[in-house]
Amino acid sequence: MGNSNSKDGSSLKDFGIEYASAIESTSLVNIKDKYGLFIDGNFVDSSSGKSFKTLDPSTEKPLAIVAEASSDDVDRAVSAAGVSYEKYWKRMPGADRARYLFRIARHLQERAREFAVLETLDGGKPIKESRDVDLPLAAAHFFYHAGWADKLEYAFPQRKLEPHGVIGQIIPWNFPLLMAAWKLAPALACGNTVVLKPAETTPLTALLLAEVIREVDLPPGVVNIVTGAGGTGSAIVEHPEVKKLAFTGSTEVGKLIQRSAVKRNLPLTLELGGKAPHIIFEDAALDQAIEGVINGIFFNQGHVCCAGSRLLVQESIADNFIDRLQTRIELLRVGNPLDKNTDIGAINSKAQLERIDQLVKAGIDEGAEVFKPSCSLPENGYWYPPTVLTGVQQSHRVAREEIFGPVLVVQTFRTPEEALEKANNTPYGLSAGIWTEKGSLIHWMAERLRAGVIWANTFNKFDPTSPFGGYKESGFGREGGMQGLAAYLKNSGGRS
Amino acid sequence: MPTSTITFRETGSSIKVTPVDEVSLEARAASLATRSIKTTSKRAALNLAIRCMDLTTLEGADTPEKVASLCQKAKRPDPSNHDVPSVAAVCIYPEMVHHAVEATEGSNVKVASVAGAFPSGLSTIEARTADISDAVKRGADEIDIVLNRSAFLAGDEQRAFEEIVASKDACGEAHLKVILEVGELGSYDKIRQASMLAMAAGADFIKTSTGKIPQASTLPRVLCMAEAVRDFAQQTNISVGIKAAGGIRTAKQAWHYLVVIGETLGTEWLCPEMFRIGASSLLNDVLLQLKRLDSGSYSGPDYVTVD
Amino acid sequence: MTGKIPIAKTYKLFINGAFPRSESGRTFSVSNPEGELIANVSHASRKDFREAVRAARAAQFPWASRTAYNRGQILYRVAEMLESRKTEFVDLLKSIGVNSRSATREIEDSIQRWVWYAGWSDKYSQILGSVNPVSGPYFNFTVPEPTGVVGIIAPTEPSMLGLISRLVPAIVSGNTVVVVSEGKSSLTSVTIGEVLATSDMPAGVVNILTGDQTDLLPWMVGHLDVNAVDISGISHETDMTLIEEAASNVKRVVSRQVNEESLELISDFLEMKTVWHPIGR
Repeated sequence: MGNSNSKDGSSLKDFGIEYASAIESTSLVNIKDKYGLFIDGNFVDSSSGKSFKTLDPSTEKPLAIVAEASSDDVDRAVSAAGVSYEKYWKRMPGADRARYLFRIARHLQERAREFAVLETLDGGKPIKESRDVDLPLAAAHFFYHAGWADKLEYAFPQRKLEPHGVIGQIIPWNFPLLMAAWKLAPALACGNTVVLKPAETTPLTALLLAEVIREVDLPPGVVNIVTGAGGTGSAIVEHPEVKKLAFTGSTEVGKLIQRSAVKRNLPLTLELGGKAPHIIFEDAALDQAIEGVINGIFFNQGHVCCAGSRLLVQESIADNFIDRLQTRIELLRVGNPLDKNTDIGAINSKAQLERIDQLVKAGIDEGAEVFKPSCSLPENGYWYPPTVLTGVQQSHRVAREEIFGPVLVVQTFRTPEEALEKANNTPYGLSAGIWTEKGSLIHWMAERLRAGVIWANTFNKFDPTSPFGGYKESGFGREGGMQGLAAYLKNSGGRS
Repeated sequence: MPTSTITFRETGSSIKVTPVDEVSLEARAASLATRSIKTTSKRAALNLAIRCMDLTTLEGADTPEKVASLCQKAKRPDPSNHDVPSVAAVCIYPEMVHHAVEATEGSNVKVASVAGAFPSGLSTIEARTADISDAVKRGADEIDIVLNRSAFLAGDEQRAFEEIVASKDACGEAHLKVILEVGELGSYDKIRQASMLAMAAGADFIKTSTGKIPQASTLPRVLCMAEAVRDFAQQTNISVGIKAAGGIRTAKQAWHYLVVIGETLGTEWLCPEMFRIGASSLLNDVLLQLKRLDSGSYSGPDYVTVD
Repeated sequence: MTGKIPIAKTYKLFINGAFPRSESGRTFSVSNPEGELIANVSHASRKDFREAVRAARAAQFPWASRTAYNRGQILYRVAEMLESRKTEFVDLLKSIGVNSRSATREIEDSIQRWVWYAGWSDKYSQILGSVNPVSGPYFNFTVPEPTGVVGIIAPTEPSMLGLISRLVPAIVSGNTVVVVSEGKSSLTSVTIGEVLATSDMPAGVVNILTGDQTDLLPWMVGHLDVNAVDISGISHETDMTLIEEAASNVKRVVSRQVNEESLELISDFLEMKTVWHPIGR
């Protein structure tokens, strides 16, 4: 390759110029030793006295002890939500609900840096992302939905609708606060009350959000936050007074929840896994496509359900493209998530690290070639380098299973038909990416790709006005936009 | 813009020109601009910026005295501190070349002259090359010419190409920088195309702007050119330099350019042979920053020399 | 003298535009309220169901790729066919115990409903889709698309209006369906199939099985190539744990007691696709 981009690490560093270890100060964040459950407006102990530790995955150091909600605690939370629904929230005019949501949004903006640092500490994601993506989007979700609270009749003009009542929401560890915002904002805007369970590895920003919820004087019980693992989750799922469930997480758990809900005809929305194709045509704006691919798979360490994890490159440019990609990967900075110059942070948990490692090994066993950059990884904490697997066949596990880590598998194609066939050949259908300068080809592909979000000449973009959600085994229901409101309302007046 | 090709003058082989997506390009440039620098590395970065700088004066009112003073500053930017390196070159009009050659004698500072119907390029090919030959004869090490945008944008890429080929021939030993005047090209696609065309025609450097229109160098435009340079190097094994000029006034901006070049092209480009920043007021800001590093307190404009 | 002995119709399955008997060779009998045999009806097996899904899958993308206008025209043509066979349907409904007035009313309502949904083909996406004002230089729009292959447990009462109320909102957007009917309503379902066979409806868009809904239900909800099921028609005694297998491929499960014309029934079998593209030069 005539190019000179050094393949041996940070180029400027070789030149005696180093990026700062610009560590974001943690002094803004006051992490308590112990956290209770947030029920009926108060922080309370769990009835069982059980608790669990939450770690900083970049150091493996414990951050706090968090109460583990038992089914009794979930019951308390659901009751509080039920009472609050009848007493305050159902009766409150939409305009007033809106005011509370606006307040939450404002407080999130005001305390954004504190939230971002905490998110990075608890989850391992780079501060650059928690600061520039998670927090602004979380606040934006509250702002957007606040405005809907008194305009719902405009969203569904021909229907008489009402809230469900108490809603159970279970969210994952990859975007802890943002997912809480995606869930809470529309639920509250539509007049429901909520019992929310954050993931057990990342409970802290949801608990800080509980503080904000107190600060803004939201009536007690409108939002209840119960921390815990699978047991707490199933107590929510099985609770007879929960009138609707919303879950974001793995397809595996999503199926269990659906099993439980479907036989009770319980309204449910699921936002599950993915194995998104990222398709590069030979006429694409290749330098930007490279950036798109990088962002598509390495954003948030690849812990993204819609990650562009299957690269499909047109054969005519494949070698060159993969070459460029590897060069670019060498420039990624892996390390301390609190460093403002860090591109790739820590893997969220030991379990996830093991899963990634195991799947990559399976890929190598099946004959894939592996590329990893020369970057060194910190000694403590959970780390996985950005990785590319080439020579991958459609039948390989790594081409079919969601890895949920910074691992890209590469395949090639010759014709748009072949790209499409490979792209759609998966039980998932959350997102897909297309890069070509040919407008009609974008539409041809976009129309045929079986996925809920299509990014053409961009990737991993999110917005509260833009509905997000999957086809097929990636789930059902949408979050965001006018379409996202539908799940939080039901027909009233005798219609089911 | 669909993928197109341009013929490389050296080999006659065709060079692919890749399209550019504006939104993604600008997002990448913005993200590179968030890179922060270690305090201990700041001096190295500031010195590098100085070493890559072309001190420029291109005014109708330029005088031999002004040029001499510029050259003095170029050789020794901070008279009070000998550790501060000299700049790469001074950039002037052909009429001033011999003054500059005289004033920079015995130093590393090169003399660059604009030539070839600068800044429009709208003269006959003969007039343009005669102008270049004259500047070279007067002793210029580097010649900065403009792309014939009028021909290029009208679709007469062949003419634009041939003018550069002829200019290169007229340069002889002198280095040829081709100014694309990016602010007039209208899109990143055109910047990419013009970059490839200039390189294929023999440019040693491609340069953003004349400094004569308000729309000059921006970070995404230089990123766009750097990507073209990288692409050209891949396709031909020839490394072409880049010069960002116009609108770069602060040390911080200069740092952003270094990051863009370093991350896009690699370390080989972080030297005066491969990267230049054309500026007039930037040097003083860089010097102020250096003084701040030395003294630990913020300096003021009275403590650096005006040209 | 010939011509005096009536020729009874054989009620067969409707799969991929053809009328095969059940591969199982089994039938069940349908009698009128007086207990007289009307017909022996094919009793579909799980293999018949599998064939029907295969046909529905093959027909799905081509059906969805027709222009909305064309789908609307084809559906409207079906309504014309129904209108021309009004008397036949009235007689059929009467034979299975619907009184004359109700039968006439039901067929009229059914045709009206068919026409109502047919007219939605090129409109629902304008109501349900959107252009989204995202915060950035992107053009972003959301467009509804059909879910894919839909299994429908046909409501038994009213047999004609019930089925049409479920069937047309599913297919108008480009889904293809496999309907399972049971008992007396099977006669209506198969007769609707005969109407479809003589209309311009492409083969495989609608497939109609007759048999035991409870038997076929687990195969329907468990089939990995069925994207959604409408189980509104199941009987109240159905063991709901049978539905659990819907989770095996995260099937959309619809069960709602809406019996009027409703855009919601169209949205039940739609997926929202959102497309982003940068806006730049």
